[in-house]
Parts: sequence; structure tokens; C-alpha cells
Amino acid sequence: MSSENTASPPARHEWPLWEVFIRGQHGMSHRHVGSLHAADEQSAILNARDVYTRRNEGVSIWVVEARHIAASSPSDKGPFYEPSNSKIYRHPTFFDIPDDVGAM
Amino acid sequence: MGALFEFLLRQGDNTLVLGHRVSEWCGTAPALEEDIALANTALDLIGQTKMWLGLAGEIEGKGRSADDLAYHRDVWDFRNLLLLERPNGDFGHTLLRQFLFDAFQVPSLRALQASSHPRVAEIAAKALKEALYHLERSRETVVALGDGTAQSNQIMQRALAALWPYTGEMFIADAVDDAMEAEGIAPALSALRPEWEALVRTVLAEAMLTVPEGDFAHQGGKSGKQHTEHLGHMLAAMQFLPRAYPDARW
Repeated sequence: MSSENTASPPARHEWPLWEVFIRGQHGMSHRHVGSLHAADEQSAILNARDVYTRRNEGVSIWVVEARHIAASSPSDKGPFYEPSNSKIYRHPTFFDIPDDVGAM
Repeated sequence: MGALFEFLLRQGDNTLVLGHRVSEWCGTAPALEEDIALANTALDLIGQTKMWLGLAGEIEGKGRSADDLAYHRDVWDFRNLLLLERPNGDFGHTLLRQFLFDAFQVPSLRALQASSHPRVAEIAAKALKEALYHLERSRETVVALGDGTAQSNQIMQRALAALWPYTGEMFIADAVDDAMEAEGIAPALSALRPEWEALVRTVLAEAMLTVPEGDFAHQGGKSGKQHTEHLGHMLAAMQFLPRAYPDARW
């Protein structure tokens, strides 16, 4: 039935989805805190400020449009992650980390 | 003292009335993100109101608190700009009104930081940070909607035509303003106008909106002489709870 050109992008009636990353304090990494909708990247940052930093959570915000994130497939779980389960020598659990080191 | 009290009422009533208007969007904004942002803005403005009206009550010296002033005065005692009491209209209309006020509030608060009255300077410094963010946000939205689709541009142009005659009141100085300027408490309103004009015209041009001609200005809000019929309806909603339940605590 459809004679549409499937190569053309679908008409967008909703704002795109953005993933939001916030750095809580200097020296820490940005952490994923959630997602939101916004028309463009500037308004995504403003929205992130209003939605995710109302209680003084952040010093820096990153946003990235969700479609630009490449993700591993849940069905690859076995071959992807299980082989490392049995290799406990890779875990640095045999060392005491001095408190002075701080966040790692 | 009289003039300072009046001046503080004007500051506090501006933020109170606009804050309440903006809060009317709570739960009905076009997107969840905008809903939260508008609620934040409303809360900022109501927080500023507590400071302005709290100081007004102290200066008046009759034991009235910020709550007393907010909830137990009637229309004719309010000193806000007419621009701010008008109904919200659509989302674009609300954000355009916000922008026209933010563009005034930022230079105004910036100048008030240097007020000869230390408490006024203190409140201005705290409020300025919030106003700068409000301005960034309202400015972005006005440009996005004005320079959006043909339909959104038309809606914004209509809003501008409705709001423009209410902007002049911000700059019309009276005896209160003159007294504040003479005492070094507040800047001359005429000194704020060039910065407002420059920013507003730049942003409206960016938003593909045509500034209406003519300088007719509705007035009577900040003097309290003649509010629009909308303020009474707004106060009825805003003041209902503390008037019906005077002992309510929250």
C-alpha cells in the first residue's frame, strides 16, 4: 500500500529525547541522571537545569540526543559479560585503598 | 518613609502578581519540562516577594508581615505594573510577557545592587541571579516561537500587539521614583530604558517580530489608581485560602 519514500525521515510531531548527564561536584565524573524532551540542544540544557538541578545537585550539565547513543544489546548479555565473571583476579579487591585517595 | 514603603510594595507586588500568574500554569503547560520550569520561575518570584514585602512591612512599622501584605490587601492597595496582572493568554503570550518584564528586571536589579539602602541592595543581589536565568529562558522561548512556524510567529505577533502598550508603565516615573532616585535608593527609570530598548528590539528582531508603532502606555497599576478588572479575580483565587482559613499553617 505505502508508496512513501522510506528513506525520508518521518515527520516529527514531538520534541526529540535527550539524555542528561550531571556532574555533582568538581573532580567527579558526569553521571546519567535521566532524560527529557526538548526542541534543541540549548533548550535541552535549560530544561535539564530546571528538571534535574532544583536541589543544587550540579555544577555542570551535558545533554546528548538519545538517538546518538549507541548501546549494547541486552541479548548479548551472555557472551558480553559472563566470561569476566570467573576471572576474579581482574578485580582489584585485594588492595586496601587509602582514604586519602578519595573518589575513584 | 512613605516613599520607601511604596517603592518596596511596587517591587514586591510585581513579583507577587507575576509569580501567581506564572503559577497558574502548574499542571497545564504544553510540556512537562516547561511545566516544571514555569513552576520554578513562579517559586523564585514568590521567594523574592517574601523579601520585598517582608522589608516593606518592617519599614511601615505597623507589624504587618509579608503574608499580611500579600493576602490582606484589596485591589486598590496593590502597586504592581498592569502588564503583570493581565491573564496569561497562551503559552507564547505568557513567555513574551515574562521576557518583556525580565528585560526590565535585570538592569533594574543590577542597579539596585548599588542602592544606598543596604537591605535593598542585598535583596537585589539575590534576586538578580534568578532574574538572569529567567531572562535567558524567556528570551530563548520568544525567539524559538517567533522564529518558529508561520502559525507560531502569528501568535507571537498578536501577543506582542496586546502586550506592547503595557510596557511603557515600567518607565514612567512619579514622585515615588523621584524620591528613591534622590535618596540614592533606586536608579532613575529613564536610565534603565536604553538597555531595555536595546535588548528587547534585538531579541524581537531575532524572533522575526515587528515592534508595534506608537508609544501609548496604559498606566495606573504601580500608582494603584486604576488596575485592570483582572486583578480582582486573580486576588480572589490567590487570597481565598488565608482569608477563609485565617489559622491555616503551611
